[in-house]
Amino acid sequence: MTELGLTHFLILSAFLFACGLLCIATKRNAVGILMGVELVLNAANINFVAFTRYLPGFRIEGQVFAVLVIVLAAAEAAVALAIILNFYNNRGTVDVDQANDLKG
Amino acid sequence: MNLDFVLFTILATLIAASAVGVVSSATIVRSAVFLLFTLIGVAFLYFLLGAEFLGATQLIVYVGGTLVLVVFGGMLTTAGPFNVLRTKTAEWVLSGSVAAGVFALLVSISLQLGARPTSTGDIPGPGPLGMAFLTTHLLPFEIVSVHLLVVLIGAAYLARAKKKAGSP
Amino acid sequence: MVESLAEYVPQSLAMILAALAAAGLVFGFIGTSTFLFIWAERKISGRIQDRLGPTRVGKFGLLQSLADGIKLVTKEDFVPTGADRLLFRIAPYVAFCASFAGFIALPFAEGVVAQPLNVGAFFLLAVLSSEVFGVLLAGYSSANKWSLFGGVREAAQVVSYEVPRSLCVLVPICIAGTLNLNTIARQQEGWFWNWYVFHDPFTFLAFVIFFIVATASCKRAPFDLAEAESELVAGFLTEYSGMRWSYFFLAEYASMFAVSGLASLLFLGGWHTGLLPFEPAERFGPLFGNLVDVGVFITKGSLLVLVMMWMRWSLPRLRIDQVMLTCLKYFLPISCGLLIGVCVWQLYMPKVLAEGVRVVLAVGFVVAAIVVVLSAARLKPSPQLSGAFTKP
Repeated sequence: MTELGLTHFLILSAFLFACGLLCIATKRNAVGILMGVELVLNAANINFVAFTRYLPGFRIEGQVFAVLVIVLAAAEAAVALAIILNFYNNRGTVDVDQANDLKG
Repeated sequence: MNLDFVLFTILATLIAASAVGVVSSATIVRSAVFLLFTLIGVAFLYFLLGAEFLGATQLIVYVGGTLVLVVFGGMLTTAGPFNVLRTKTAEWVLSGSVAAGVFALLVSISLQLGARPTSTGDIPGPGPLGMAFLTTHLLPFEIVSVHLLVVLIGAAYLARAKKKAGSP
Repeated sequence: MVESLAEYVPQSLAMILAALAAAGLVFGFIGTSTFLFIWAERKISGRIQDRLGPTRVGKFGLLQSLADGIKLVTKEDFVPTGADRLLFRIAPYVAFCASFAGFIALPFAEGVVAQPLNVGAFFLLAVLSSEVFGVLLAGYSSANKWSLFGGVREAAQVVSYEVPRSLCVLVPICIAGTLNLNTIARQQEGWFWNWYVFHDPFTFLAFVIFFIVATASCKRAPFDLAEAESELVAGFLTEYSGMRWSYFFLAEYASMFAVSGLASLLFLGGWHTGLLPFEPAERFGPLFGNLVDVGVFITKGSLLVLVMMWMRWSLPRLRIDQVMLTCLKYFLPISCGLLIGVCVWQLYMPKVLAEGVRVVLAVGFVVAAIVVVLSAARLKPSPQLSGAFTKP
């Protein structure tokens, strides 16, 4: 296991994904959840770039996917922050546990 | 034990440690700082893999743009200085076990992939990537650009200053 | 460098040694240049304000920065109560590392670069824009409202100015067809009308806009809203003292030189003098030629830095709404227009006409510069100023 291979990147990305999941599940601050989502997206991106490097049929596609993920993550952050700001203006908090208006 | 492996180990440790930091930090700006280190680490991981263009994109979009936006949002929506929202221990245990399960699942799948070809040489640079975006992958490119336009308008609409209720 | 070292030591060790050497050289360069730039800044501000500037320490006050450095090192390292201690401590290093990383991809001469990157220009823009994070952190973690104002202003300003800056960088890149800074500089070899700044009217304007926008993104006056000492005490620097404060200063001067170097690589022919129709490194041999190249490049970068200082002490500071208005309503549309213009010029302009415009632009600019300098030289200095230099 001293030669760098695809598996190492996959394990790192799995760890990052688990951290992102944990972040989404435990944070009560909406901005914190957004950060968790960023972690998950980065985990996926590491996989894409590693595939670009290690799989012959994936050389361009991996990079294309990675660029799209980065762009969409930025877009998602912009919209999510707009929503969070709106929520904060209405409720005076960013605690997602308070977002229960639609609860039956 | 070659140099690539050593560098990967250092970077992976940095990324993993700061990802744990993101999860465990109490205040939102501290989380953001650890997220900064994670993202920089991932950018350097791309450089290590030879995807220079992606590494630079990661730096300019995430570190220079998204993260500043996130910190901004965190500051604007914090009620007091260094505000902390606590999570119950039971929630920690439950979500921690779920995350650990997912991690174990992913690792076992990764290990089952077995020995793959070690490397396929240098990754194509920005030139071939740009050609791909304008020829074979034109549709995703267009979808993303329309999506960005929608996001631009949508975010501006959502975040605009509200008129007081009752005033015309 | 790696190859020549690899003859004596293993490959991986050679790479580490080369990396260490490059890092040491870059760090030394940043330190020395900041040392001299601070002295120059004080001298220039002094002369512009009819003063002498530092004269006591060393010849012409040259060692003033050393004296200041000793003062800063010996100051107490102080963290205000109520501040977020960890973030307060790391913020200066975040800012400095961003500027430092910019130098990794900045070629000082043909192949004289810490790490040759195919996307050098893009990388440089990316890391220089991450400097804002350190400032934002400093502003937040100080637990001081003036610091917070400074940090938030800086973030708003840099994130906005990043857009026209990237668009202006795209203008010469459109002509060059590569993001590799080394190649871009090689394409401008020869006489000075080969420089991209004189390529067509659009690149000329793009250079001017890039320089203004780069000044803004280095948070230099007239765009130094983050510090704004007349409104915000010292902005994000209010609570900092000693070494941590000086790291912010190092970062500021380093990023000034980095953007000036980028401007000279993209627009002003990089390490070419513009007066020699060949590449010095190939004519004079690798050692001497590269020394000439590095000298020329540092001179060009430093001249642009001096222009930034000149602007700082000549122009009044803008208000924050004016700063944002200038960027979003003027620089952004203008730089979009320039980008379209340069593409159209490349596609539809007949070659002969384009060459003619290029030479006319270059020669016209040089003649205009000479006329301005000569007419300025005929102005008499004010009697107070000439009196200040006579010894009592």
